[in-house]
Amino acid sequence: MLQAGEWAYSDTLKEHFMNPKNILQGENTDDFDGVGMEGNLQCGDQMMVVIKVDKEREIITDCQWKTYGCASAIASTSVLSEMVKGMTLDQAFHISPKEVAKELGGLPDHKIHCSVLGDKALRAAINNYYTRNGMADKVKQEQVKVICQCMNITDHDIEDAVLEGARTYFELQERTKLGTVCGQCKDEAEVLLEKFKHIHFGV
Amino acid sequence: MKVYFDHNATTPLHPEVKKEMIAAMEMFGNPSSMHAWGREARANVEDARRKVADFIGAHEQEIVFVGSGSEANNTVLSLFVCASSQCIPGSRMRSTIITTKIEHPCVLETSVCLGHRGVRVKYLDVDQYGKIDLDQLAGMLGDDVGLVSVMMANNEIGTLQDIAAITKMVHENGAYMHTDAVQAVGKVPVDVRDLGVDFLTISAHKIYGPKGVGALFVRKGVPYCPLIRGGHQELGRRAGTENTLGILGLGRAVEMRKLEMPEEEERMLTLKQTLKAGIEASIDDIHFNGHPTDSLASTLNVSFAGVEGESILLYLDLEGIAVSTGSACASGSLDPSHVLLATGVDAELAHGSIRFSMGRETSMKEVEYVIDVLPPIIQRIRNMSTAYIKGGLHAASR
Repeated sequence: MLQAGEWAYSDTLKEHFMNPKNILQGENTDDFDGVGMEGNLQCGDQMMVVIKVDKEREIITDCQWKTYGCASAIASTSVLSEMVKGMTLDQAFHISPKEVAKELGGLPDHKIHCSVLGDKALRAAINNYYTRNGMADKVKQEQVKVICQCMNITDHDIEDAVLEGARTYFELQERTKLGTVCGQCKDEAEVLLEKFKHIHFGV
Repeated sequence: MKVYFDHNATTPLHPEVKKEMIAAMEMFGNPSSMHAWGREARANVEDARRKVADFIGAHEQEIVFVGSGSEANNTVLSLFVCASSQCIPGSRMRSTIITTKIEHPCVLETSVCLGHRGVRVKYLDVDQYGKIDLDQLAGMLGDDVGLVSVMMANNEIGTLQDIAAITKMVHENGAYMHTDAVQAVGKVPVDVRDLGVDFLTISAHKIYGPKGVGALFVRKGVPYCPLIRGGHQELGRRAGTENTLGILGLGRAVEMRKLEMPEEEERMLTLKQTLKAGIEASIDDIHFNGHPTDSLASTLNVSFAGVEGESILLYLDLEGIAVSTGSACASGSLDPSHVLLATGVDAELAHGSIRFSMGRETSMKEVEYVIDVLPPIIQRIRNMSTAYIKGGLHAASR
């Protein structure tokens, strides 16, 4: 008979969950140069990332965080905070959720969105730094394209839905209500569905 | 220390059940066979049937052995469609089913499926404690209603419904009554004649019996159509060669419950009160879910503000404590417990809920261990949470 199996999570993830690194102590973020927050409590996860920046070299010298969420959300932010230290703002801005997941030794499919959230919070913190330091021109707006005009669903919403488990057009509709009014966006949405399935899950 | 506080999920085999099942391992005959091997198996299946019937005050012929509580619930709901068609000659066509918003998914998802097949399904609300409103039921009942299905004890919050009163109303309106009593049987007294129900669901593994076996009480004379067809077993009510060992285990399990249940209730209530008081004394910003008195003595459901349930569950797991959570993260969906949402708890609090469910072997020492280990874990998670504000618990409001 087999003994109790391992967690659904990798050893690295488990280690970051048991001993999270760089937790922001207290509520005060005044000492930091950039603050970013993403997610919402109703959905069960929210992350705040704060950074200190070497202004001469535009290098992240410290990164701390707070997370409300499950084990993979906690571990994702923890590992991300380790990864970005020493990176330039530009490098850090371009970290992908896939790299975070890889650093954690992989994430179960339905937990991928946890790594997406940490990533988004980090980019928000970097943009916040630019805004505060008179470099508003450097703020990188994420390119968002509205796909479903009726329900105001963007390509990012479609990506999120895929990360949260949608694999078919029907499941995509169930999650986003996309294409439930006039239905004109169906073809474009299906192309994006396939694209994000391929990017995130290789299928 | 290893502490199992997840008895509503499943229970360990009672040593007596285990003993009897091991002794019966050699029994392999098919109860339908006429030879000695078959007769041995038949004798044991019928013995178990007598025990189950005796335990809930039913007649032997009213007990149908099935593969699980879920199967029993699926059977009852699905036969409604048959009662509306030609499977059951002479039955009246009624188009509506009433159930509640806090049923087990095996009832809720079957109801959705029936909806696709033309059945109208109405869902009863519950109050902040998880109780249905009899006035709302009265308003929903009418000539069109054929079946009402209300669970006796809720698996997540333990709230008990007044099944006898509900059944009376349902019968006065000419409908049939089903109760999913999977979490109630073996924990509170259940007598089908007192309750008056037409159908009642039992599962073995929730009461120290084996997995993969359950029983459905079907009152004599009510319309019936099998879910699994094609065999004469169980008087044609459930095809498939009987799970003889499992059935024997279920028989022994209810026999042991009959012996142990009466003296257990008070002890269980003391354990629950101690656990509740211990948590209340050492952790701020919490909300207890479920009814304060009309509830299973073994179930305590608590929401912790500003923390997410899966992380509590896993930190407790690292300390050797097993619990379950109403958080979405643990289940793979994004929606937290439908039961808690139905009681008006907001989604954030529902994500931070933990169910402690105790059992016959739970000791005061174990309860004290949980009270010791839990507060620093909650403190630790709150310390890294964006969502925790001391004193900021928004009261669960509808």
